[in-house]
Amino acid sequence: MKLTLKIWRQKNTADKGGFVTYVADHVSKDMSFLEMLDVLNDQLTERGEDPVHFDHDCREGICGMCSLYINGKPHGPLQTTTCQLHMRSFSDGETITIEPWRAKAFPVVKDLVVNRSAFDRIIQAGGYVSVNTGGVPDANEIPISKTIADLAMDAAQCIGCGACVAACKNASAMLFTSAKISQLALLPQGQVERKSRAENMVAQMDEEGFGACTNTGACEAECPKGISITNIARMNREYFSAVVSSDNM
Amino acid sequence: MTWVTKTLNSTLGRKLIMALTGLFLILFLTGHVSGNMLLFKGDGGQAFNMYAKFMTTNPAVKLLSYLTYISVLGHIIYSIALSQHNKSARPVPYSTSNGSSNSAWSSRNMGVLGTIILIFLVVHLQGFWAQMHWGEVPMITYEGEEYKNLFLIVSEAFKQEWLVALYVLSMIFLGFHLSHGFTSAFQTLGINHKKYSPAIKAIGTAYSILVPALFASMPVYIYFSSY
Repeated sequence: MKLTLKIWRQKNTADKGGFVTYVADHVSKDMSFLEMLDVLNDQLTERGEDPVHFDHDCREGICGMCSLYINGKPHGPLQTTTCQLHMRSFSDGETITIEPWRAKAFPVVKDLVVNRSAFDRIIQAGGYVSVNTGGVPDANEIPISKTIADLAMDAAQCIGCGACVAACKNASAMLFTSAKISQLALLPQGQVERKSRAENMVAQMDEEGFGACTNTGACEAECPKGISITNIARMNREYFSAVVSSDNM
Repeated sequence: MTWVTKTLNSTLGRKLIMALTGLFLILFLTGHVSGNMLLFKGDGGQAFNMYAKFMTTNPAVKLLSYLTYISVLGHIIYSIALSQHNKSARPVPYSTSNGSSNSAWSSRNMGVLGTIILIFLVVHLQGFWAQMHWGEVPMITYEGEEYKNLFLIVSEAFKQEWLVALYVLSMIFLGFHLSHGFTSAFQTLGINHKKYSPAIKAIGTAYSILVPALFASMPVYIYFSSY
């Protein structure tokens, strides 16, 4: 395959940045998208140019590190992570536009790498549970129904990649925050901090400068882990019931 | 900042206000369309004129109308605040964006649709509501009691093709606005459940087609019956 790549290049956060066009020859349709970029970077390095910076880690679709806004969609045309996207999803001679996630709360570090620490701060605000010290508790000590366990696990599948923010026309982090609130609110272990968690995580989400939700459902459609917007409805319930009944003024 | 203002200033709180005012306006539209069906009665406007007098004089209706004004204002003010906040959340736009692949057009353009509806609302209120309240409306007597002949104003207005076209077009935009707004309001209120959501979705779709269609049929009916 021969592809034309329109890639966003930006030296650092302060730089204005712009698109640079590259031609990728000899691309195999069996390559993953990141491998295709690896080959491009090898060529750039050989030519003495600065390789394209992009985030990646496990390349197994489980860590949430890879990103990229490919042809107007986060993680490209399939509902998967970019590392699990293969070049067979594109056609020979195609022009592919690659941009970083765009959000005020996700500043560009370099090229296609964005700083997603805002998500870490949302987690720090309440995405944890109180645990007793001492010996390891027995498995299944706390009974949890299958339905609830499944719902919690569905929410816990979120890998925090930020595709929801990237897909949202408002750069809203509601799908991420709601998944993190839900996975703990559903379980008995999460009850201790239940109210303050909803209040604090929503407050932190707002403070980071993410947008509000318009319920377009774009986040759910693009989420590589299929997190449902029913979690956003749950977050709204959690938040409103927390603010009217908690002791936090 | 108290907990109330803090909550209402949060993104979720602002959305709550959008949802509650939106749902109240949906209730208003239901009442408005039901009452205006009297235009089809074919009694020269008697029932409609009597209804119009009731709607402008009854104290309970007055209270509801104030709530409607507040809802309209709240819905507009908060939509502007939210739109600005949302715009600022993505200062650098994408060069290529494929929104149609993951969301409905109406859901991405609620602000545009709302602005068009607002422009329509100004024309609509100026034409009828303001006339009824402060304009010079000819009087008509039924069974010894005097009524403002709003029906005459309405029938005269809808003899103009451009106004009929404006009304029909605006109702199409209203339909798209409702098609997203109806279900979206319930989602914001946290009502997303497999027992209720299919019904909410179905009712929302039916509502967003039926109500604007009924509204649009009124000027069309009057236009053609004036021949």
